[in-house]
Amino acid sequence: MFEYAPAPESRSVVDLKPSYGLFIDGEFVDPTDGGSFKSINPASEEALAEVAEAGPQDVERAVRAARTAYEKVWGLMPGRDRAKYLFRIARIIQERSRELAVLESLDNGKPIKESRDVDLPLVAAHFFYYAGWADKLEHAGFGADPKPVGVAAQVIPWNFPLLMLAWKIAPALAAGNTVVLKPAETTPLTALLFAEICQQAELPAGVVNIVTGAGDTGRTLVEHPGVDKVAFTGSTDVGRAIARSVAGTRKKLTLELGGKAANIVFDDAPIDQAVEGIVNGIFFNQGHVCCAGSRLLVQENVADRVLESLKRRMAQLRVGDPLDKNTDIGAINSAAQLERIRELSDAGSAEGAERWSPPCELPDRGFWFAPTIFTGVTQAHRIAREEIFGPVLSVLTFRTPAEAVEKANNTPYGLSAGIWTDKGSRILWTADRLRAGVVWANTFNKFDPTSPFGGYKESGYGREGGRHGLEGYLNV
Amino acid sequence: MTATTTSARSELSELGRSETALRTFLHGLPGVDQVGAEQRAAQLGTRSIKTTAKAQAIDLAIRMVDLTTLEGADTPGKVRALAAKALRPDPADPSCPHVGAVCVYPAMVPYVAEVLRGSGVHLASVATAFPSGQAPLEIKLADTRAAVAAGADEIDMVINRGAFLAGRYKEVYDEIVATKEAAGDAHLKVILETGELATYDNVRRASWLAMLAGGDFIKTSTGKVPVAATLPVTLVMLEAVRDFRAATGRQVGVKPAGGIKNTKDAIKYLVMVNETVGADWLDPDWFRFGASSLLNDLLMQRTKLTTGTYSGPDYFTLD
Amino acid sequence: MSERVAVRKTYKLFIGGKFPRSESGRSYLVQSSNVSLASRKDARDAVVAARAAVKGWAGATAYNRGQILYRAAEMLEGRREQFVALGIPGDEVDAAVDRWVWYAGWADKLSQVYGGANPVAGPYFNLSAPEPTGVVAVVAPERPALLGLVSVIAPAIVTGNTVVVAASPTEPLAAVTLAEVLATSDLPGGVVNILTGRITETAPTLAAHMDVNAIDLSGVTDGELAADLEVKAAENLKRVLRPAPVDHDWSVDPGVTRMTSLLETKTVWHPKGV
Repeated sequence: MFEYAPAPESRSVVDLKPSYGLFIDGEFVDPTDGGSFKSINPASEEALAEVAEAGPQDVERAVRAARTAYEKVWGLMPGRDRAKYLFRIARIIQERSRELAVLESLDNGKPIKESRDVDLPLVAAHFFYYAGWADKLEHAGFGADPKPVGVAAQVIPWNFPLLMLAWKIAPALAAGNTVVLKPAETTPLTALLFAEICQQAELPAGVVNIVTGAGDTGRTLVEHPGVDKVAFTGSTDVGRAIARSVAGTRKKLTLELGGKAANIVFDDAPIDQAVEGIVNGIFFNQGHVCCAGSRLLVQENVADRVLESLKRRMAQLRVGDPLDKNTDIGAINSAAQLERIRELSDAGSAEGAERWSPPCELPDRGFWFAPTIFTGVTQAHRIAREEIFGPVLSVLTFRTPAEAVEKANNTPYGLSAGIWTDKGSRILWTADRLRAGVVWANTFNKFDPTSPFGGYKESGYGREGGRHGLEGYLNV
Repeated sequence: MTATTTSARSELSELGRSETALRTFLHGLPGVDQVGAEQRAAQLGTRSIKTTAKAQAIDLAIRMVDLTTLEGADTPGKVRALAAKALRPDPADPSCPHVGAVCVYPAMVPYVAEVLRGSGVHLASVATAFPSGQAPLEIKLADTRAAVAAGADEIDMVINRGAFLAGRYKEVYDEIVATKEAAGDAHLKVILETGELATYDNVRRASWLAMLAGGDFIKTSTGKVPVAATLPVTLVMLEAVRDFRAATGRQVGVKPAGGIKNTKDAIKYLVMVNETVGADWLDPDWFRFGASSLLNDLLMQRTKLTTGTYSGPDYFTLD
Repeated sequence: MSERVAVRKTYKLFIGGKFPRSESGRSYLVQSSNVSLASRKDARDAVVAARAAVKGWAGATAYNRGQILYRAAEMLEGRREQFVALGIPGDEVDAAVDRWVWYAGWADKLSQVYGGANPVAGPYFNLSAPEPTGVVAVVAPERPALLGLVSVIAPAIVTGNTVVVAASPTEPLAAVTLAEVLATSDLPGGVVNILTGRITETAPTLAAHMDVNAIDLSGVTDGELAADLEVKAAENLKRVLRPAPVDHDWSVDPGVTRMTSLLETKTVWHPKGV
């Protein structure tokens, strides 16, 4: 046997402070009416740093700082200068990408190979992409002289902490808005390092404000009457609550919520690549991906063959230390999330689906869940309907293309979908009928700053990325 | 072998009797998506193999090297020196394993055979009008018989790419069958010359064709065309031998050749073998590197691991 | 010779291409006519009809939808005098026809303007194209009764959505007459459904309905009602167009926002390889 020796990425590039304040008006400040909480490493349960929890007065200060910066500085600044700040930020991110990647893996639990090769390159690319828009907005198709919305309240999830920050902040700033961003309570650290990068780039004070905290902080922020725009990525339930809370106001709202994507494998699929796509679709980032291909719909006449290949491939997945360069699946982000994954998986077994995981040793400390598939799943099972947000795949079969489409669409969600077939016209036929905002054909989980991302139905509204992504931050 | 694979094997052995059956089978194989295959290969290339794993990999890679010289300027002196190096790659370190085989032109086989006799190092010879394969079948078979008679226990043949690309699969098949017969007990490695096959779909089809016709190994390249072995081509071939064994119970070896110049590359291939077909192929009997300059880099890296200091080309033989 | 006794028109609902009375049997007297007073059940029936029409209408070619919308403009033009007789100013009818024609022409252009290829950093074909969101509930502006109505229906359906419209409660006759125009213009039944009656009765049903994808609150003038409808709409995350300002001038160039607000962008990726 060929055993890979441990290949840990060094932690020494990250210089963590014992505690972090809120980033308001260009400075790190202590909370006035908030408390503090610890952010832990989900792979070891060690506390990484103490982080401030913003109270209502802190949120008030942050929104006021953003308003002032919008009215006095950023809203008036020529686009070409806003662009230069964004380019600066993009460059600093590239220069400090190893540091950011290691910190992301420490705080989030995701494998270093993903934070290094996926998250960070995309973060920098996002800032580069939107930097270039800042002085070209009149060509974006939203009128001759599109105006920013004002102050944007942005609440982001823990699955791609820095990438979601980039998706939110880059277009907002390019369009001339200022922001108050709340990172998730389990993954605040890279956002705070980003705040340092804003200082390093000499971004004018108040343009970016970062308030750390949990649900209450987020609620206070989105309900604050001083914000003009709310952008949220997270669960459909919270998205619904936010949509209710902005009802009757003038606040503009974009939501990027949950999903239960179908990954459809036809019998003429390029099997080996399809299996890679299935694995990438559900096990990328521990399955903590809103667009994960969590429902495999495989044509019945190739189901055995695909499953056999899939299981063989899953046995190669390396679960463990997120900082090991050879780790494929890292830690589950939190105890609470692990509990939810366990509960839904147990429901899958209880409802009669057949559960399988490859033999796999999990570390003693930290939050871990072995890659898992359920076969014999029907549309009625909870694991086929509810978003698990973990490394758990439900396998269903279909007989005809029409049945595949019907099953794929039979969900309140509509974020993404996958199609695997060698027949071009079948791809286009299927893609036309899928009610999903992103359709990956013969690939999966690909992202790019130029490519609009967002859902149909209860997966939310508005698009992030591309020219479309500007719309949410312009007064159109 | 199970009953199913036995019957599958006999069904598959029928395919070679008819052009139509062969074509239907080869064109019915699952397609290969180029972008997906290349991404998978690139991902495997990011594995970080350090310390003990690296030491293990280097020794394995040395044992898998088919130390090759295929030049018009080859002489008995040159190939004898190469054979000597194959036996003792690092004269300074007796713990260094010998390579898998020495690979030369048929005319050079007798000189190499003298040196290798009884050593356990195999003697491979390219035959069948290498590298173009553009000669009458009788001449190719004579070439093969001569190499075996002179002492080669492995024959590296080239397929007729012209016939393959023109869709004359049976002609290619029949040539392999005939060469296998001419090679007798010698192991037959079938060179697909993947750089000329243009698509991964063709690589998969040619792999199956070679295996169906009885090839013991499938090999990427002659080293004589601009594109030699690549990771994705090798991935597709590994998938083919994996699927072929699952279908028939017969294991076939894989040999990437040409362009593999350093330890880092070699380790990427070993990682790919490990994660695509597993431990059964991590053995010189089932995986080889067709290479010349690779060996010295492996030796330098090996010395670095054992002594802690970086060596230089002056400390290793040039042969 | 005695004067001829006129044949009066009964103003009914427009659901699934048919003109039923309210299932509740109710009507109300408005503009000197008895008009159906739609019930919650009528609203639900209209949603069923609208949903049934989505597949065919969204699946029709853009060219075909444009042709049908243009045909509706022809029919509208032909009935100009009928609308004038209902008290709609002649120039409003003209403006309504012109608006309808303007939107008809968008059918096969919006995807080009609003979608396109994305230059992703990899060997992929990547295309974003707009698609209809599905069933749209619309609260039509109270007035101008015809131009306002046309200005909210046409942008919703031209892209392939189907609509359930709560017509102006105080001036519903133009809406029912427009329904007659649409019924004679090759528009498939169920693409446009029109409810007359009280907004307070139909709109909450539509806003809360889980099989409605979007709601256009343009005609809602009561701020509290608008907020309540928006809260209801959040239950299944309907796309919401908030109320138009009370003084909104419906005669000005509408731009594309009304159309784009009721679209979903679908992005399709595919590798490029041999």
